[in-house]
Amino acid sequence: MSREMGRDDFVISARSVFLNKGNRQKFSLLTLLLISIVILSLEYFKSGPVNQIRMITKDIVIKSSYVASVPFKSISKTYSTVIDHFKMYDEYEKLKTVEIKKQKLILENNFFKEENHKLKKLINEKNLYNDEFYVTKVLLDQKSPYLRSLLINKGFKHGIKLGAAVRSDSYFIGKIVDSNYLTSRILLISDLNSKIPIIIEPGSISAILSGTGNNELGEIEYLPENNNIKEGGIIYTSGSDGVISSGIPVGKIIFDNNQIKVDYFVDFTQIDFVKVYYKK
Amino acid sequence: MSIINKTYSKFLAIFPVVILFISVLSNSKYNFTYDENYLSFNISYIIIFFWSLKRPEYFGYGFIFLAGILNDVIQNNPLGISSIEYLSICALTAFVSRRIILQNLIYDWVFFLISILIVGSINYIILVYIFNIPIAYNSLLLGLFATFIIYPILAKILSWIDNILQESIYDKKNQ
Repeated sequence: MSREMGRDDFVISARSVFLNKGNRQKFSLLTLLLISIVILSLEYFKSGPVNQIRMITKDIVIKSSYVASVPFKSISKTYSTVIDHFKMYDEYEKLKTVEIKKQKLILENNFFKEENHKLKKLINEKNLYNDEFYVTKVLLDQKSPYLRSLLINKGFKHGIKLGAAVRSDSYFIGKIVDSNYLTSRILLISDLNSKIPIIIEPGSISAILSGTGNNELGEIEYLPENNNIKEGGIIYTSGSDGVISSGIPVGKIIFDNNQIKVDYFVDFTQIDFVKVYYKK
Repeated sequence: MSIINKTYSKFLAIFPVVILFISVLSNSKYNFTYDENYLSFNISYIIIFFWSLKRPEYFGYGFIFLAGILNDVIQNNPLGISSIEYLSICALTAFVSRRIILQNLIYDWVFFLISILIVGSINYIILVYIFNIPIAYNSLLLGLFATFIIYPILAKILSWIDNILQESIYDKKNQ
């Protein structure tokens, strides 16, 4: 008898929670939960009017989020500036002691470029990719346990397409995974879901660079068994996916507890502007 | 009552919602790394849990649904998943507030743990099993644990804000 009473109580409470509209509530919980499930199921439609509405919604929300995050950004920027000022003297001392052979490197680079151009001409290789890019502002940098991404201020209105390579300075940082009308999302190479075909030099070893969800080190997968990888080896994009250009530097090899890891060239937390490459 | 007073009263009434929207739109930068694991506090969970438990009349479910949609866009989640999570918290708090008369911080804290574990499980099941999006399980658990740990501190701050709001509303009514 008492068990039945308890069950009745439970049912009455559950009904009241899900169906009753409380004070100032315009919708019941059940209605909104059902709407959420319907919206969630619409994720399976990747084209058509549903997708267009989704893109417009995303554009509006991302722009609003940018405005809302301005005060927080300025606080963190001020903090970084203060820290940078404290570090300035140490960095100046380091720069004084490190011998930078910049001019020599520039001349060497020009020589190799010229040589590469001549060799390409010799084997009649056509340049599949062009160097057309947009320099665009980073609206938001998204950090969460599941996501390493950046939101940028250009969308498919500007010719940006899914899969386009994104660089910070000369280094590869990720690719476009979501393009709205005015904004796009870059999936960083440090993201857990990022898999990029790479080539390791010296040795021209092909492998896959996999993000770990950690901004500092990446992992290398599908390495040949008898590889001869040494610490300090440079990792470039291989371009074998047919989307990302080959030869873009990504990072260098380091050994961390006898495991091969990738130290990225870019500090992902300090990116303000990026170059998004697109095809004409 | 002058227009300024009316606006002020309305602002006070929607202040909890404003805090929720700021926490969602400001990109939730409450993260830090510990031992290569990313700890991410979910402030939105705490705000929704606290106010839907203490003063559900301030928190329209429609606003919570909207906050969930905004969060999904920013986090690049499938649209609707955060709304389900947030509304689930509301359902749990509404259920508990109907059945439990005595409330104190320790009870709330324990119940908050149960709620975020349920909501975390919903999140994991939808992302991994329905959408095949791999997520770092340890980071998810650590994030929930970090959120659980900071609950009492934030609950105290929110209680303090709530007291100020109550006093202001009471003063306005008696004017």
